[in-house]
Amino acid sequence: MTIAVPNLMPALPEIFVLTMASLILVVDLFLSGKNRFISYVLTQLTLLGAAWITVSTGSLEVTHTFSGMFVDDVMADVLKMMTYITVSVMLVYSRGYLQLRNLFQGEFFVLLLFAMLGMMVMISASHFLTLYLGLELLSLALYAMVALQRDSSPATEAAMKYFILGALASGLLLYGMSMIYGATGSLDLGNIAAAIQQGTGSRTVLIFGLVFIVAGLAFKLGAVPFHMWVPDVYQGSPTAVTLFIGSAPKIAAFAFIMRLLVEGLPGMMHDWQGMLIVMAVLSMAIGNITAIAQTNIKRMLAYSTISHMGFLLLGFISGSLNGYSASMFYVLAYVLMNLGSFGMILLLSRQGFEAENIDDFKGLNQRKPWYAFLMLLVMFSMAGVPPTVGFYAKLSVLQAALQAGFLWVVVFAVLMSVIGAYYYLRIVKVMYFDAPQDQTPIAAQPDISMLLSVNGMAVLALGILPQPLMALCAYSIQHSLL
Amino acid sequence: MTAGLPLLSLVIWVPIAAGVAVLATGSDRNAGLARILALLGALAGFVVSLPLYTQFDSLQSGMQFVEISPWIETFKVTYHLGVDGISVLFILLTSFTTLLVVIAGWKVIEKRVAQYMAAFLILSGLMIGVFAALDAILFYVFWEAMLIPMFIAIGVWGGPNRVYAAVKFFLYTLLGSLLMLVAFIYLYNKAGTFEILDFHRLPLSMTEQVLIFLAFLVAFAVKVPMWPVHTWLPDAHVEAPTGGSVVLAAIMLKMGAYGLLRFSLPITPDASHALSGFMIALSLIAVVYIGLVALVQTDMKKLIAYSSISHMGFVTLGFFIFNAYGIEGALVQMISHGFISAALFLCVGVLYDRMHSRAIADYGGVVNRMPVFAAFFVLFALANSGLPATSGFVGEFMVIMGAVKVNFWYAFLAAITLIFGAAYTLWMVKRVVFGAVANEHVEKLSDISPREFLVLGLLAAAVLGMGLYPLPFTEVMHHSVNNLLSHVAQSKL
Repeated sequence: MTIAVPNLMPALPEIFVLTMASLILVVDLFLSGKNRFISYVLTQLTLLGAAWITVSTGSLEVTHTFSGMFVDDVMADVLKMMTYITVSVMLVYSRGYLQLRNLFQGEFFVLLLFAMLGMMVMISASHFLTLYLGLELLSLALYAMVALQRDSSPATEAAMKYFILGALASGLLLYGMSMIYGATGSLDLGNIAAAIQQGTGSRTVLIFGLVFIVAGLAFKLGAVPFHMWVPDVYQGSPTAVTLFIGSAPKIAAFAFIMRLLVEGLPGMMHDWQGMLIVMAVLSMAIGNITAIAQTNIKRMLAYSTISHMGFLLLGFISGSLNGYSASMFYVLAYVLMNLGSFGMILLLSRQGFEAENIDDFKGLNQRKPWYAFLMLLVMFSMAGVPPTVGFYAKLSVLQAALQAGFLWVVVFAVLMSVIGAYYYLRIVKVMYFDAPQDQTPIAAQPDISMLLSVNGMAVLALGILPQPLMALCAYSIQHSLL
Repeated sequence: MTAGLPLLSLVIWVPIAAGVAVLATGSDRNAGLARILALLGALAGFVVSLPLYTQFDSLQSGMQFVEISPWIETFKVTYHLGVDGISVLFILLTSFTTLLVVIAGWKVIEKRVAQYMAAFLILSGLMIGVFAALDAILFYVFWEAMLIPMFIAIGVWGGPNRVYAAVKFFLYTLLGSLLMLVAFIYLYNKAGTFEILDFHRLPLSMTEQVLIFLAFLVAFAVKVPMWPVHTWLPDAHVEAPTGGSVVLAAIMLKMGAYGLLRFSLPITPDASHALSGFMIALSLIAVVYIGLVALVQTDMKKLIAYSSISHMGFVTLGFFIFNAYGIEGALVQMISHGFISAALFLCVGVLYDRMHSRAIADYGGVVNRMPVFAAFFVLFALANSGLPATSGFVGEFMVIMGAVKVNFWYAFLAAITLIFGAAYTLWMVKRVVFGAVANEHVEKLSDISPREFLVLGLLAAAVLGMGLYPLPFTEVMHHSVNNLLSHVAQSKL
């Protein structure tokens, strides 16, 4: 008997990240506190290396490997690139914050890389088991990251909540997968799609399975009614971790829905469409309305995330390539805005002070007009006001949903975004109209300040010229789903 | 000479670039530099807008100075600019008003001067963009982006209740515009393009037309503002700094009416005809009821704000009687109201800068201390009440003429406001300007400075010029209006 060696090329970035994560784990053992910087640089180099490998091995072909469990296509490459960029930016933003809170440790980098590896596996999965594997790798690393600040009771509480609810959701997902497996006899997404197309398996069992899968998905995405963990985890985690949870995993979650529902269960589109509509509508309503009452900016942004996930689902509801690429555009735009807003919170935090109340932004325009302007751009972008990228994100998902005939869902979404605008405006209001309460000079390292400026300007630049990113999304969706 | 230049782009981007430059160079320490840069920027913006009028071919009814280039291919959105006889005058009005706002804010604004000037310059470019855009998404981007500087302007430099007013202004307008966006997307899904001129030709069923008309109406009625969605305006006007009130009254209100002409009438002609009774009713309520509300105001800015709503009722009335007199009269009324309301707000600003009060009761006998100012104020007040030989008369007269042709009672009700208008404006003037010196604060007033004289003088010239010789204004719009009317007369069903 011979053992065929699988084609490792498509999985080369994953293999590289895994190797580097293990390497950093070992190297870090020999580093003293002062030299911790080396781990940081190594992590950044890992991201750079992974990016280089992804670009150089990327092709327009859809390549399967590991007996069809793993797929490399344009969408995977693009999403992975975006993940690297996000993680890299997030690392820069959080460096100062982590150093001041004694979290600038080897564990952080290793967990971060493992979480990213999990996301990469999810992005490239074409099999229930690979999807699940990637998801668990991501989730376990995230639980640990939330709890990293051992002496903080909110963080520990958040980690507990996250872990228990997350485990429950994983269970639901797995249960749903087993149902589908039972009905179709396969775990491979392509085979499942084909089996459903041919009418194999009992419809009842399939729908039963689908309900559990969608519930598990909704949990990971943070969509209503599975959103309970989001505000607590966002608020309780160290801000650097919140930034991470809120950004890159959303890209992976997008890929997860694409793989699971669009590639695996297209035959049940009408069923999952209905479920997603309910979740989208509820997420937009509850997210936006509850966000109004918040005084903690991290919690407010958590509710805002919930509503954004509702908008993201609108693209999927339309069930067209156009809609999927709109969702992809939405998720990338969202990640960009999220990086900007949490980056600003990290920037304003200092030793012994977390800038996590909305009031901490009071009078920012008088303290640092440039930062206030960047935050203003990000907030208007979140509200979907042109000329910022958030507007085109909303425009594309609304267009896709309207094209699919969901007029009233679109009108509802639009009304909800007016409510949403209120609390984003409140941030602008405190920054521009109120007098500062806190006159401590804002000291930011030049690289953070630079990158945050680039981030804010990107929100504006992509708002003026959204075409390249839109075309990229459309291109990668079209070349991945044929 | 200027044929090869992308004039419209220049008119839009010169003020925006100037605004960015002011923002980048001016800090609170060198406010002088910010002021000078802003003045140069506003002046440049005005100068580049002049060829739009001088080179405009008023015999042509189509779009002129057209620029088109691809922008967002995914949605077939183009950067498509152009003006016709309906929009060209508003662009000039905008660049002219910006110049006045910069001069009027020269000394008065003391905190964060650079940001103030930049906000108004950027706002000016965006507003011109609204009038020049021929692509629905481009239009929408300008339309919404405009809210950001205005929101900041009201909230930072406004009066005591500014935060409430700013948020109300923003949310009110956003609600309306988002429904318009849904209508745009619907039209795009049908037509496969966001070109406004293609929307004009798109056949639509009656149900579609009515729904689209209503979606547009929410957006534009809020902006005009029409009764009963006018309540944001008195708040915004009262709390905004003088420059903000001027821009709001002179230009932003015109956008709603412009939107009705550019979108509602040509895209949904059958719905417009079917709902014209409703629109006329709303307009007449605004004209009569809001005129009465204006009578009882005790705050000068609030009074002018209500007067604006009442005058805009005339404009919407003119649109929905569907004849050339009505629409041209409404357009003339819009331009004229741009001058007069700007002038009145500047007059109140002059008083407010000296006394820090807008209450009518705090004044009395101002003429004794400020004779030159009083002369201007009386002139503008008379123009506001529609005195012949001022611009206020021309538009109202034309609209009433148009209305008589349709229904005598429309004209009758509309004409009644001329009486109300005269009543509330002149009564205010009487209480503020004439009589004996009311108190020691008025006693200490000093007359207007040369800077203020310049601003008010320019506006006085415009008001009188347009009142005595309106032909240059009506001539430009004539062909475009006729074209629009013949388009609206054709059913799309």
